[in-house]
Amino acid sequence: MNRALTLTRRRVVSSIPVLLIVIVGTFLLLEAAPGDAVDAYLLSLGGGDAGLVAELRQSYGLDQSLVKRLTLYVGALLRFDLGWSVAFDRPVLDLIAERLPNTLWLMGAATALAFSLGSLLGIVAGARPGSLTDRALSIGSLALYAVPSFWLGLVLVLVFAVDLRWFPTAGIETIASGKTGLARVADIAWHLVLPVSALGFIYLALFLRMMRTGMAEAWRQDFVLFARARGLARRRIVLSHVARNALLPLVTMLGLQAAAMLGGSVVVESVFAIPGFGRLAHEAVSGRDAPLLTGIIIVSAVLVIVVNLLVDIAYAALDPRVGSGEASS
Amino acid sequence: MAGLLISRRNLLLGAGGVLATSGLLMRMTWADDLPRGGRLVVAADSEPRTLNPAIVASNGVFFIASKVIEPLAEAMMDGEGGLAPRLATSWEGAEDGLSVTFKLREGVTWHDGAPFTSEDVAFSAMEVWKPLQNLGRVVFANLDTVETPDAHTAIFRFSAPTPIQLIRNALPVVTSVLPKHLYEGTDIAANPANNAPMGTGPFKFAEHKPGEYFRLVRNDAYWGEGLPKLDEIIFRVLPDRAAAASALEAGEIQVAAFSQVPLVDLERIAKVPGLKVVTEGYEALTYQLVVEINHRNEILADQSVRQAISHAIDRDFVVDTVFLGHAQAATGPVPQNAPQFYNPDVKPYSFDIERANALLDEAGYPRGEDGKRFSLRLLPAPFFSETRQFGDYLRQALGKVGIDVTLVNNDTPAHLKAVYTDHDFDLAVGSPVFRGDPAISTTILVQSGIPDGVPFSNQGGYANAELDTIIDQAAETIDTEARTALYNDFQRIVVEDLPLINVAEWGFTTVASDAVLNVGNNPRWPVSSWADTALAS
Repeated sequence: MNRALTLTRRRVVSSIPVLLIVIVGTFLLLEAAPGDAVDAYLLSLGGGDAGLVAELRQSYGLDQSLVKRLTLYVGALLRFDLGWSVAFDRPVLDLIAERLPNTLWLMGAATALAFSLGSLLGIVAGARPGSLTDRALSIGSLALYAVPSFWLGLVLVLVFAVDLRWFPTAGIETIASGKTGLARVADIAWHLVLPVSALGFIYLALFLRMMRTGMAEAWRQDFVLFARARGLARRRIVLSHVARNALLPLVTMLGLQAAAMLGGSVVVESVFAIPGFGRLAHEAVSGRDAPLLTGIIIVSAVLVIVVNLLVDIAYAALDPRVGSGEASS
Repeated sequence: MAGLLISRRNLLLGAGGVLATSGLLMRMTWADDLPRGGRLVVAADSEPRTLNPAIVASNGVFFIASKVIEPLAEAMMDGEGGLAPRLATSWEGAEDGLSVTFKLREGVTWHDGAPFTSEDVAFSAMEVWKPLQNLGRVVFANLDTVETPDAHTAIFRFSAPTPIQLIRNALPVVTSVLPKHLYEGTDIAANPANNAPMGTGPFKFAEHKPGEYFRLVRNDAYWGEGLPKLDEIIFRVLPDRAAAASALEAGEIQVAAFSQVPLVDLERIAKVPGLKVVTEGYEALTYQLVVEINHRNEILADQSVRQAISHAIDRDFVVDTVFLGHAQAATGPVPQNAPQFYNPDVKPYSFDIERANALLDEAGYPRGEDGKRFSLRLLPAPFFSETRQFGDYLRQALGKVGIDVTLVNNDTPAHLKAVYTDHDFDLAVGSPVFRGDPAISTTILVQSGIPDGVPFSNQGGYANAELDTIIDQAAETIDTEARTALYNDFQRIVVEDLPLINVAEWGFTTVASDAVLNVGNNPRWPVSSWADTALAS
């Protein structure tokens, strides 16, 4: 428990300068992109006069210098105020609080699917490296990994939503259905089946490959040879010796995937019209909305830090060498 | 059921000629036969930041808000002067052009039960349309006061003569009436009602679930007898175009307007049983495909170079390939389906590569050793896939006459800044909208002296004193015929001198379920009230 606390404290302290760099960097990057939030808004206005444009810039404080805007923003951040979104004309915090849960559901379910099914199939493939099953699974997973998630999403929609009509084509829940409690949970789960598959299957391939490679290597290790020499049942060797050892790098991968999946969800959220975090980030960039984008990046950074921390703690629990190594370094 | 109704409608249309009934009466008879009830689910490709059409007069806002908040009059194919009465029942301009008198509909109530009166109109005009609205700032620039002699009369008084023709043509777009009792004494631009609108329309705003949908419900106290027909309208946010097509095929939505189903998918989707493709309903929402020209570039300042560019463009080819036939070749700055103003005598420069080459040679730009005469930067607007595709075409077309074109592709904010603020372009592809009257947002495309940063205006630095005079005169010409004649000249000069090059004009398409009745039955259908839209059971 102590180890976990030390780890947490160290992570929090080291993440502060990183976050500051991220904030300033985001502001500068968006500043470097031509056009500001009013330019982005003008298209939806479809026309206006010169006075209107100037008034809009003034009312959003866009006529002030970058330094002034940045100072104001960081000052507000210190009071835990994420600022005001120009593109949505609402508080950034509200927008994030509204969208984040949807993405967490999507990512959580996709990760669980990818990890569990991926490592399971990896065990099957790695149990007999070079066998027909192994080759079939390897080729299948490679093909799956090569497919872009939006394409997989579209194919799933065409087959399972448009043709078979088993699942809805898009959305996070039935519109204005008035469902509550368990019925609503079931409804959301039903809507998430296709998007979770689209996002999860691609990462599944990654976990499968990793598990399989780890196992193929473990077979050549001395302790496995020893176990075989002892005449242990094959099933037992596979599960408690080979697979357990190959599982460790997958846990590390889990932490890395959290960041990658946040990116992948942008596409899947667009295809399935899920009002999530990824789509919000896309809208923030195309709306040149610096406070919103910075808020999203800060929350994502915190999310990635937390996930990695959890992974490290889990890793330390699985492998005692990790904690002792870190204490001495 | 649907077939029966349609044949009844044809019968009524036939009888209409004999009886010479007014279009309105006919429509009402027809409306009584429509089925009542049901939930209509409509695709929306984005969520407008505000739902207040009195502040932001744009199609994106109207699409949802026009069902809740009504204008004084709406466009109508066979209505008198192309208009159908809404909150106003009549409008009359004084002979000196200094006032317009509106008679307002009686017995109309706001969604909260308060009566609608001339006070609401006066408040909207003076406090919202004139000072705040993007287009109203132009149309009502000379509005002085609005008098309200009684609860159902509003007299608009102008400081300079204002053509009634302009006011009439602008009514559907710039006159959405807001409830004074909700807005008075507040910061209008920040009023919460901008996102939860309240009006007099056939539908009441119910809820907005951000990122998911807007829900409108039937207004039982609507003034239109027997209207509206639907119980509920849901605008479902579907940012991905393929998602809209799938949702239509799966029966999850019943209407996708504004070409949300891409042109390339139309042929396939038209064959899906139960779906129809409707091209009517966009007659008053014509978008124009234009080549914007930076006249600061001295090569382009030469009229014969611009003529050569116009000769190099095959308009019919553009209509057939870029728009897959869903457009018309443009002849000038006023589209063909604006019969009030369209000048059929004006013909654009024909597609003639030889003539284009000859003009460029004569202008003193012979081909170099590599076959190129000079280089230009072309910025196609990213607003529509068609504007981008036309950019690709234009590059090739100009290459054939020896003009070397570099394409610069930007996203929307970067494009608007480069073209309309920084003037950092040689040619650009734009998509202005014709809004019923050249004075609303067409003359601004060629008028001189527009300050930097005004979107969708003459930012190419073109100046033509003759054209400016015509524009100024038309702004104050009361006589409708004289004003129309001025705009005929306007078209002739623009096509001759080419401050910009009009290439094509297009409306959009609607894909709807066969069960949806009265789709596309007025020239601004997707942005009209949908009071008579119904669902066959």
